[in-house]
Amino acid sequence: MSATLATRSDAAEAVNNDPLHDSPADIYEDKVVIRLIQFSVVWAVVAMTAGVYLSAELLWPTIDFGQFWLSFGRLRPLHTNGIIFGFGVSALMATGFYSVQRTSHVRLYSPRLAWFCCYAWQLIVLLGGLSLLAGWNSTKEYAELEWPFDIAIAIVWVLFGVVFFGTIATRKIRPIYISNWFYGALIIVIAMLHIVNNLAIPVTIGKSYSLFAGAQDAVVQWWYGHNAVGFLLTGGFLGMMYYFLPKHSGRPIWSYRLSVVAFWAFTYSYIWAGPHHLHYSAIPEWVQSLAVVMSVILLAPSWATMINGIMTVSTAWEKLKTDPALKFIVLSLAFYGLATFEGPMMSFPSVNVVSHFTDWTIGHVHSGALGWNAMITYGTFYFMVPRLVGAPLYSVRLANIHFWMALAGTMLYIVSMWGAGVSQGLLWLSVDEIGELSFSFKDIMASMQPFYALRLIAGLIFLIGTCLMAFNLFKTLAGRHAVVVKAPPVDPAYAMVKEVAA
Amino acid sequence: MSALSLHKRIEENTGLLIFGILLVSSIGGLVQILPVLNQESLQEPTANTKPYTAVELTGRDIYIREGCSVCHSQQIRPLIAEVERYGPYSRAGEFVYDRPFLWGSKRTGPDLHRVGGKFSDDWHRVHLIDPRSVVPESIMPGYPWLARRNANQAGDIVAKMKALAILGHPYTQEQIATAESKLEGLLEIDTLIVYLQMLGTGLDKEIIR
Repeated sequence: MSATLATRSDAAEAVNNDPLHDSPADIYEDKVVIRLIQFSVVWAVVAMTAGVYLSAELLWPTIDFGQFWLSFGRLRPLHTNGIIFGFGVSALMATGFYSVQRTSHVRLYSPRLAWFCCYAWQLIVLLGGLSLLAGWNSTKEYAELEWPFDIAIAIVWVLFGVVFFGTIATRKIRPIYISNWFYGALIIVIAMLHIVNNLAIPVTIGKSYSLFAGAQDAVVQWWYGHNAVGFLLTGGFLGMMYYFLPKHSGRPIWSYRLSVVAFWAFTYSYIWAGPHHLHYSAIPEWVQSLAVVMSVILLAPSWATMINGIMTVSTAWEKLKTDPALKFIVLSLAFYGLATFEGPMMSFPSVNVVSHFTDWTIGHVHSGALGWNAMITYGTFYFMVPRLVGAPLYSVRLANIHFWMALAGTMLYIVSMWGAGVSQGLLWLSVDEIGELSFSFKDIMASMQPFYALRLIAGLIFLIGTCLMAFNLFKTLAGRHAVVVKAPPVDPAYAMVKEVAA
Repeated sequence: MSALSLHKRIEENTGLLIFGILLVSSIGGLVQILPVLNQESLQEPTANTKPYTAVELTGRDIYIREGCSVCHSQQIRPLIAEVERYGPYSRAGEFVYDRPFLWGSKRTGPDLHRVGGKFSDDWHRVHLIDPRSVVPESIMPGYPWLARRNANQAGDIVAKMKALAILGHPYTQEQIATAESKLEGLLEIDTLIVYLQMLGTGLDKEIIR
């Protein structure tokens, strides 16, 4: 086996077909990665189907057939929680476990615990989803699950952290690679947000009352809500980007120093921006103003990271012609740039006054969730799965079709929601010269139907693309086992002696 | 020690990295949230804001269970068009007994903070069961099951009020003792209507007019 593979960005997988000669600690635990990818894809299909159904309910409100569990208010949290915690977190666990081993040159710390996290998490998502349909709902956005699930999430999350940081602590290579910092921030900050925001007094098994009330509860909730987006959907997935983009394009990070500076700036400034969800509300004015300032500052680390990513791939453009996985990852960066620009713009009170409460918010969320989170995940799955089983992707052509469907679906979705949101916002605010309202709420609502129809089509296109990927990955995995991958030897210049005491 | 060599240490030490992330990410929250949690004016109820009665609380928890806040906000902004459309803008003191807050983030339907008293009970009843029979353009789901279930089906109203009392809601012993009897004979839809009819009445009557 080659002994040249030990630099930070080139921790290559070396396939060793004769594992008996090596101590097991050198063999990566990849079976759990495959299983997490499978779960992630299943949740993507389930939660996106729920989303498409919800968008159809806005066109044909009677298709819940009088069934409480199909009712919009109960199905919507299932959609959001299924995407974030089912699809998103399973993908983050899969990519996190995959990359932390390869950047640490060591097997997962306690593979058993990793397997426990994998299955326990799926159980939480499954039962949690059913509990939402049953009406166990705290209504705090993206934290709707009731207290028994909150406790279970906290426990599994800490164990996830034990596996992840345990692997880093036992690493063979001295520097901790940048992707691991983002995964680390994901684990630490989400734990903090989750525990504080869900503090409540339980009443029954499915009902609790928040420890915070009214305006104070609002500030705590949006500190959580905004930063769940920040550290899970942004930070966690940036961890994905920092490992898979250099690996896949075969280029080192354009500027490692920039990635480090941007990391700390991101971690520091994101947390302040939450109250921009509460403009013109009854929370103190200074909190709103501060949130605007920090939201604008946040643009700097966000775009620094995007530029770093784009520059990394800038000498490897020719690979985009042939490689759908890399196309997904590069396109996701473009949508990341779009969403992180749009966010600070929407935080300005003068823009927010129009955008708040409208479908523009929904469009903004989906430019991030579809364009950034889903696409980079698809890219990494197309990258990882063939390598995990040592076989080519079942169909590159199908993956290319998926790419164009994902792009078309996302664009149509964003554009239709911009149209809906901007017109809603302006029409609601419109008054005539003597200060009378120009339009009734009903009429504005009824005029949204064409936009909602376009959005339904957009969602369908995106969902069908996702199903194509599910089929493609299923065929690639079918009948195959994880190949045995052994940690490559470490360049002595970077070898771990022992961790310097803090 | 230069910044770069300091950073090199963090970069190579798991404990320092964890500590650094925790420190840097908690500053913003501490600066924003602690003063807000200690601000007394945010905990001062307005003139007519009282803890939810047994019936109102049951209705509110149904509002929560059905996810009404997914499509309806309860937060009127201090803008001409909003005050014109919905009524006086929302004050912090009106929400001091709201656990959790239900301001919402999306208006697929209209804001409901001042919906109390705008429509009759009968209108609400028909509208909740079959919205399109009174508002043909409506895209709201119907909630026929609310008219089939007893308000005290779960039998947890006393436990709920006791929990809120622990959190400082000034319930009297009598209010808690009579809670179950207040719900007797009521359907879920009745309590939800009572809740909707009291929404936004926490301000002084003069301001509301």
